[in-house]
Amino acid sequence: MTNNPNIASTERYDAPDATGHFGTYGGAFVPEILYPVLEELKSAYAEARVDPEFDKQYRDLLREYVGRPTPLSFCDRLTTELGGAKIYAKREDLCHTGAHKINNTIGQILLAQRMGKTRIIAETGAGQHGVATATVCAKFGLDCIVYMGSEDIERQRLNVERMELLGAEVRPATSGSQTLKDATNEAIRDWVSNPIDTFYIIGSVVGPHPYPMMVRDFHRVIGNETRAQLLEKEGRETPDAIVACVGGGSNAIGIWYPFINDKDVQLHGAEAAGEGLNGRHAATLAKGTPGVLHGAMSVMLQDHSGQVEIAHSVSAGLDYPGIGPEHAHLRDLDRAQYHPVTDEEALHGVELLSQTEGIIPALETAHAVHLLPTLADQLGEDAVIVFNCSGRGDKDMETIAKHR
Amino acid sequence: MSRLDKTFADLRDRGEKAMGLFLTNGFPNPDATLPILRAIDEAGVDFVELGMPFSDPLAEGLPIQRSSERALSHGVTMDDAFETAAAFREESDTPLLLMGYVNPVLKYGAERFCERASEAGVDGVILPDVPPEEARFITDAAQRHDLDIVFLIAPNTSDERIQRIDKLASGFVYAVSVTGLTGSSLSGDVDAYLHRARNLVTDNALLVGFGIKTHEDAMELSQHTDGFIVGSALINHCADLWDAPSLSDEERLASVRSFARKLKYGTEAEPA
Repeated sequence: MTNNPNIASTERYDAPDATGHFGTYGGAFVPEILYPVLEELKSAYAEARVDPEFDKQYRDLLREYVGRPTPLSFCDRLTTELGGAKIYAKREDLCHTGAHKINNTIGQILLAQRMGKTRIIAETGAGQHGVATATVCAKFGLDCIVYMGSEDIERQRLNVERMELLGAEVRPATSGSQTLKDATNEAIRDWVSNPIDTFYIIGSVVGPHPYPMMVRDFHRVIGNETRAQLLEKEGRETPDAIVACVGGGSNAIGIWYPFINDKDVQLHGAEAAGEGLNGRHAATLAKGTPGVLHGAMSVMLQDHSGQVEIAHSVSAGLDYPGIGPEHAHLRDLDRAQYHPVTDEEALHGVELLSQTEGIIPALETAHAVHLLPTLADQLGEDAVIVFNCSGRGDKDMETIAKHR
Repeated sequence: MSRLDKTFADLRDRGEKAMGLFLTNGFPNPDATLPILRAIDEAGVDFVELGMPFSDPLAEGLPIQRSSERALSHGVTMDDAFETAAAFREESDTPLLLMGYVNPVLKYGAERFCERASEAGVDGVILPDVPPEEARFITDAAQRHDLDIVFLIAPNTSDERIQRIDKLASGFVYAVSVTGLTGSSLSGDVDAYLHRARNLVTDNALLVGFGIKTHEDAMELSQHTDGFIVGSALINHCADLWDAPSLSDEERLASVRSFARKLKYGTEAEPA
């Protein structure tokens, strides 16, 4: 697929470097108060990742609490409907709490506990990460505060109820766009004010180093399982293409990462084009430029003077003007292709998967579903496509119903 | 010797603490910024920090966040900051620094930013979300254009790191007084931290900021430092004045002058 010399000449993909940079992206652009906190986190994580006891705890919880491994379901009716490549869904929607997000919150809560932190903060857009964080905080008995944009609180009432039922305090972010961007600002401000006792569970592969790497590592289980399951079902470890939606980009990196060195595997990401690239959208890679947002250099939506622009997507989970630095890097390396998908196309994606497979996907996931018909057609009958069914659509039913 | 170094040396000779005041460019409105800067200059400010507004200022408490929003709602840009600085410089030798978040500077281009700042008579730059580890993009350009680069330290910064920051910084080292946002309340054990910092910062002046609201706060905290910086309290004062429709601009500026004098001298009277 890729002939880019940057990656073709590299034996093994090993980003980020020791300073947390993915090529020119990444790093840690944070107020000084957070720098020592990130140093502490980096060394705690470096120790934890090679500690067999930590690994065992993490794996046990994924198996006994999250319900892993999640199935790799062959989508026979969807495959027939599209008349091209064989399509498999990696069923992250079947994880406890209904989305892949829990893989990461389990990893980070174990780390928080190991570091002796007593107070957990998080930010959330659609609420899936907030619910996953509230869930692990309940499970481990830690105080939990979730920042959420007041507009998202309106859009995602059900998830707010779930978080509160789980014992978390949901704090509205009322500035700016009142969505994920501003919830993240508020979470960082909380962290700056409480750097010693507080652990910030970041919900995607964004933020300062080591978060993008750490969150990726906690989600790579998705790709690892996919390899093993594909070998069992198809007699081959690698598919021809892997498709995933990308907001910050955690589910995409999670399923892609174990395949990055398999250069024959096409990696396709769907980002939210909202009302279209000439209207309001959240298509960061299509329309963004390099810049620093929330502690890392990446690509972001900004105006000519470097002010952050407000993103839009029908899906609260993709409604973010930035993207994980590793995605910007993979795009530059030509290792992954990113495609803008509109709100309307995503809503069709919901119907397509619901009516062929009986799986109602989250609006985020539906962006990835939209890429399947074209890709199945291009790759043809002998090919195998895996798409990451990152979350279930229950939380979005109100939005979906409104648009039908 | 840079204008900042000279200012701190003169103040040290006189046994006086330096007062730096922060104001967001374009706040309370684009026409009011320069008159306020001139008013605080008349009142005895030792250096000025001019804020470059940003949409997502993540280390700021509400007053400075709101001042940024307000400036941006008037369409204020980086070029406006250079204009304000240049106009201030025409009438004053008081050092002026630009303070803001990294993204607008990156977007403007570090080299072009430093060149324009230097031409406008700016003396230094403070970027609170750029730790020394990420500063290479600007330090070289700043040096080429004779701009000081101020770095911050916080109560949880290690001794070794404070020393490293001191080596890299020029102009002064900015000691954040609290673990918190601008405008946070001061808490207990600042004294030990500032005492520790005083012994470790040997190459630069040491200034303390965040949470200072009164002359008494300022004097207490600057026992171990060369001076202090006030931002949110001035912003709040200006917001009150410019939101009061009954006041004339002369009355507002008179009040700003007296606010600045009280902060520095503890009294409204002109220093002897």
